[in-house]
Amino acid sequence: MTDLHRLSIREITEGLAQAKFSSRELTEHYLKRIEKIDAHIKSYVTVTPEQALAQADAADALRQAGNANVLTGVPIAHKDIFCTQGIKTTAGSKMLDNFISPYDATVVAKGKAAGLVTLGKVNMDEFAMGSTSENSYYGATKNPWNLGHVPGGSSGGSASAVAADLAPFATGTDTGGSIRQPASFCGLTGLKPTYGRVSRFGMIAYASSLDQGGPMARSAEDCAYLMNVMAGHDAKDSTSMDQDVDDYVANLNGTSVKGLRIGIPKQYFNVAGLDADVKARVEESLKKLEDMGATLVEIDLNMTDAYVPTYYLIAPAEASSNLQRFDGVRYGYRCENPVDLTDLYKRSRSEGFGPEVQRRILIGTYALSAGYYDAYYVKAQKVRRLIQQDFLKAFESVDVIAAPSAPMTAYKIGANLTPVEMYLGDIYTIAVNLAGLPAINAPVGFDQDNLPVGLQLIGNYWSESQLLSVVHQYQKATDWHTKRAAIAEENA
Amino acid sequence: MSTTDAQHSADLNAQTVSAIANLARLSLDDTQSAEYAQSLNKILGMMETLKGIDTDGVEPLKSPFDHPQPLREDVVSEQNHRDEYQAVAPAVQDGLYLVPRVIE
Repeated sequence: MTDLHRLSIREITEGLAQAKFSSRELTEHYLKRIEKIDAHIKSYVTVTPEQALAQADAADALRQAGNANVLTGVPIAHKDIFCTQGIKTTAGSKMLDNFISPYDATVVAKGKAAGLVTLGKVNMDEFAMGSTSENSYYGATKNPWNLGHVPGGSSGGSASAVAADLAPFATGTDTGGSIRQPASFCGLTGLKPTYGRVSRFGMIAYASSLDQGGPMARSAEDCAYLMNVMAGHDAKDSTSMDQDVDDYVANLNGTSVKGLRIGIPKQYFNVAGLDADVKARVEESLKKLEDMGATLVEIDLNMTDAYVPTYYLIAPAEASSNLQRFDGVRYGYRCENPVDLTDLYKRSRSEGFGPEVQRRILIGTYALSAGYYDAYYVKAQKVRRLIQQDFLKAFESVDVIAAPSAPMTAYKIGANLTPVEMYLGDIYTIAVNLAGLPAINAPVGFDQDNLPVGLQLIGNYWSESQLLSVVHQYQKATDWHTKRAAIAEENA
Repeated sequence: MSTTDAQHSADLNAQTVSAIANLARLSLDDTQSAEYAQSLNKILGMMETLKGIDTDGVEPLKSPFDHPQPLREDVVSEQNHRDEYQAVAPAVQDGLYLVPRVIE
């Protein structure tokens, strides 16, 4: 069957259950596509054909024995930030180019237990620091919608692989928008869960109080299948919350759009630099939700001007601490002929880390240093509480908050934005991580250059079921999420 | 220099960046220090906005859920994985990691 890659996750699970095709056939199909098409996209850092086929065969055997689960035999791509035992795990960095992980991240282990077949590890901005996937040691990943444009970041490889039908779904991570923005740039559905919903064990840390792993796929329904695998308390992650986990697939029709109160923040739609086409598509999608019975409520989010400075103090500060472990001693890159221990540390780190990573380590170190700690870091944490309170106050009168996921569509590769320009592009996503709230991107149309536009819905804590359900209802009534890039339509 | 850039500035120079780099155990030459000083100044310039926000009486928010560190029984629950974990090390001997001589 040449169209196996056009199936939804539901259709894949049904096809496997009804023996219309085997996991082996499905996996071979994707591996052939990756071999032929990924040369143009560069979404994969490492493809794992032998392991994938072995996992597929094991899945088929389980199914023959009558012991298969819903997702047994379904292929997946993992963002290269998740440790995968026996498989190179690079976080997009030269620092870990030689790192074969000795253990599996909890997310990966849960995927294996569910029977998922690992196709490989996908590209990302180095240590999750970036919004374009150009900051990767392995080179820029291309946006399947236009190969001259970025897929977004840092989960750009995850987004591109799914958008080009080189994986049916993928794991991503989101610290300041790194699931939602690439999902937006590539026409996909991507969910950043509530902080603490998905285990961070084995997920290479960027900013520990902001990082969260989540699903990226073609629809809310597809994401729900993966959320059922990823979510849950993990004793190995002390920030993982012991909250009851919903059955996200069962709950897809649990929230009606009728009567849903959607908050529209005045300040968000007045941001300078909000592209006219993005604004138009987002407003059209909100009108559609209104036609479906939602109530649009104008709200104030007064802390908007504080988002970028607060995030770009806290995240680099936490990163500067987390990245101390990369010192050339126990794993990863080590410089040649170090003359002493300090030289080992300094040259291993400066040769191993790219410029954006070094930049953020420098900002973070400065913000935490003696004499500046209170003025910068503690001040930012106080403002962080005000940002959280600003959202919680809004949720007293609305059920979800709507925004674009990004002020623009996918940039050109090599556009060479300054750091400040790049950081301002994160305005709609970063506050959600500061507050720890869940948020989802849904594709809602295209700009005049046929680049995808995304709508972001932000929910209150633990409301992932509601977010997935609202997007599912929208996707039953529209077809933006079914559109495919030309390169995805190619056969292998 | 764009208008946005012109509004932002702090006061780091190559020397101060060098000092920060030393704390962070990064090795920068003078050109790099100067370049990073420029971009850092523009980034830190954005932070001026925070000064204007009244945070009197506001507790810092370290993490979305200020819950206490979870505790467990003080019993052994892990196995020794030293050999597997050291298989990826640059240099090991007798279960120890080797680094350049620290003391002459």
